[in-house]
Amino acid sequence: MRGILSWGGYVPHHRLDRRAIATVAGSGGGSGARSVAAYDEDAVTLGVAAARLALAESPAEPKTLWLATTDPPYLDRTNATAVHAALRLDRTVAAYDAVGSVRSAAGALRAAVQAREPVLVVGADLRGGLPGGPDESAGGDGAAAIVVGGDEDGPVLAEVLATVSVTEEFLDRWRLPGEPASRLWEERFGETRYSALGAEALKLALSEAGAGAAAVRYLAVAGLHGKAVRAVAAASGLPAERIADRMESTVGNAGAAQPGLLLAATLERLRAEPPGQLVVLLVLADGADALVLRTTGALAAYRPARPVAAQVAAGAPVGYGTYLAWRGMLRVEPPRRPEPARPSSSAANRNLGWKFGLVGSRGDDDLVRMPPSPLDAAAVPMAAATGTIVTFTVDRLAYSPSPPIVFAVVDFDGGGRLPLELTDVRADEVRIGDRVELTFRRLFTAEGVHNYFWKARPAWTAEGEA
Amino acid sequence: MGSHGIKDRVAIVGMGCTRFGERWDKGVDELLLEATGEAFASAGVGKQDVDAYWLGTAQSGMSGMTLSRPLRLRDRPVTRVENYCATGSEALRQAAYAVASGAYDIAMAVGVEKVKDSGYQGLNAFPIPADGTQRTLTAAAMFSMVAPAYGRRYGVSDEEMRVVLARIASKNHANGARNPRAQFRKEMSVERLCAMPAVAGGLSVFDCAGVADGAAAAIVVRAEDAHRYTEQPLLIKALSFVAGDGSGLADPGYDYTTFPEVAATARDAYAQAGVTAPAEELAMAEVHDCFTPTELVLMEDLGFAERGSAWKQVLAGTYDLDGALPVNPDGGLKSFGHPVGASGLRMLFEAWLQLRGEAPPERRISTYGSRSLALTHNLGGYPGDMVSFVSIVGLP
Repeated sequence: MRGILSWGGYVPHHRLDRRAIATVAGSGGGSGARSVAAYDEDAVTLGVAAARLALAESPAEPKTLWLATTDPPYLDRTNATAVHAALRLDRTVAAYDAVGSVRSAAGALRAAVQAREPVLVVGADLRGGLPGGPDESAGGDGAAAIVVGGDEDGPVLAEVLATVSVTEEFLDRWRLPGEPASRLWEERFGETRYSALGAEALKLALSEAGAGAAAVRYLAVAGLHGKAVRAVAAASGLPAERIADRMESTVGNAGAAQPGLLLAATLERLRAEPPGQLVVLLVLADGADALVLRTTGALAAYRPARPVAAQVAAGAPVGYGTYLAWRGMLRVEPPRRPEPARPSSSAANRNLGWKFGLVGSRGDDDLVRMPPSPLDAAAVPMAAATGTIVTFTVDRLAYSPSPPIVFAVVDFDGGGRLPLELTDVRADEVRIGDRVELTFRRLFTAEGVHNYFWKARPAWTAEGEA
Repeated sequence: MGSHGIKDRVAIVGMGCTRFGERWDKGVDELLLEATGEAFASAGVGKQDVDAYWLGTAQSGMSGMTLSRPLRLRDRPVTRVENYCATGSEALRQAAYAVASGAYDIAMAVGVEKVKDSGYQGLNAFPIPADGTQRTLTAAAMFSMVAPAYGRRYGVSDEEMRVVLARIASKNHANGARNPRAQFRKEMSVERLCAMPAVAGGLSVFDCAGVADGAAAAIVVRAEDAHRYTEQPLLIKALSFVAGDGSGLADPGYDYTTFPEVAATARDAYAQAGVTAPAEELAMAEVHDCFTPTELVLMEDLGFAERGSAWKQVLAGTYDLDGALPVNPDGGLKSFGHPVGASGLRMLFEAWLQLRGEAPPERRISTYGSRSLALTHNLGGYPGDMVSFVSIVGLP
């Protein structure tokens, strides 16, 4: 038996109210909200956030990591290696990118299903478009990580019954490298092609699974062509309550993260139902990919660290101007301080465990040191630690891609103190004694080098954010 | 083993100090010539009479040639030193020890910084290649964490603390206003200072040291030779330096209400000088008021006030020019300005003027004539992560 061993969905903290768009851009927008990655988040950091949640519940360490995104922070070099480093995966764990299209995510998932080892599939994306356009409004940011493996690796939560892919070359949307937004062909053509492809893949998948459409508990349809997605769902013949919620009014379409996010949210819903429920994931992207899953008895006992629905319910609004500035669509006055220097490649490599894995050290004096001291023998991984703000300050002078910097001295439970930047907070709502957790972020980019490191953010509790 | 000091073995016999400020028309060379020229004249010696030089600059030049080139020194050793914002004091320390060792008869310590050529406000260290995980916070923000920590520990409300910090700034502005070499020469009322917008934590721009260009210099000789150069030499009573191990950043026991490195240098310096009651024995102190909360905490770390009581002393005017122990009578970093490499020697220059009675009556310390010891304190770095220097000098 092969299937899903664990998952983690990640919806970033910020939400853009779509009604704010038209007042500035003159058009676009709509109703509801979309999720927004903060200025210090990219596909790598979003992917790390989701993967940390998936690995926290996974019975097995993956042997391969796939990172799928339409918005890779780098070309020419692998982005998944930074995810690999932040997760502190063993060096023998392979890490690969699958970048450029939403279909990459479907392909990575297919590779995971067909592998003979535990595989971590991460889809992470930031979706947007030009101000006022449909992609800006419909898009969302987020990530999903799924560990796929066999029952020899641990309890399978949802067994894969079928995996089908139909490929067809046609032009519906495209974007030249470096361009900020997609271009779209006339909508009807894509809708026509995807409707046919979706129906074809669904039929093939159900046939391979030996099931009829009526047996499907949830059909999750992902894809960037909104009308086609709705049309394929409608044409399936399934009643509306069996079509998985695409979270369009709360998250938006998170591109390469959407298939995984829909799957995660669906499985979270099915934890309360008896085993044996059929789930079909259909991805409409340059063809159609279908995955048929059947939930097992192990699902009920699975406790997702942070359910997608709870993350969707949390979060805080971000203004449209800030959103545009974060996306580079609005050039705002930078702080009049020198921009930081690019990090040294060799220094970063030498300090890999510290910079990417947040590993400190503990000495004979029992003091936890961050960064680690070469005089200390014991390594102390800190990334999973939670702590308390001892004191903090707001720096309106220092360089930041999104001033001001909120900076706190944090004492961690179980030892260790680190002065570090806070994120996902408003400067005026931080208090001494606040509980925080650690999050992997992109501090800044200098000379094209993304500087990744850790920040603190409000701790997540069972009730949501602290 | 031990720190024994060189009490009464080395004397300062000449000093110079430029006006600090936005010296757009002067470069490093001109500032160095101005400060050293005044020091040479003050001691009545020529540049070739000085046997060895120590040049302190944080980042306005590299190597001793930053000094030997503009001064056209011939066959003289010049050592460039750097120790954060205590760079100028470090230059003095090295020159004094060189004379005490007998290696040289006459040595000069020079400090210079040309800060205003960077094009940015504030001080900006040039980047050393690193892994990108270092803090990028300004010094103002780092030191701003001291004020609320102190307030919580000793029961000082935010409003009271705002007034205490403004009182410190107001005093230093008042002192600077009387000093023709100071960068800022305008008095500032407590009310006005309290109304300034915060830029880092609760600190406004007026809680921060002035960013200035400038240079200062001192000539040191063996104590027994001092009277060849001046009737009123300043004898070096103590020189103490500590480079912290940075553990305050990692130690959950550190509470941001004290600078342990400063307390350590104070203890060492008082032991060297034989000072037991600094608040009663010192005529004045020049301290590193990089930010107003720094000066507050220094009053306690230097032993001028009991723990938790300095804020009351500040409000009572104890450290005013006419108070019991004048602190920063020249205006301090706050209004004299802070050209990094020069500041430590600028502090000493004020001791030179005040103890020798050369400060004009309108800015003369209250203790003049009754006490004859001065302390200078210079630090570099951040709370929990700093270097500290303390010197004590006095009339024979």
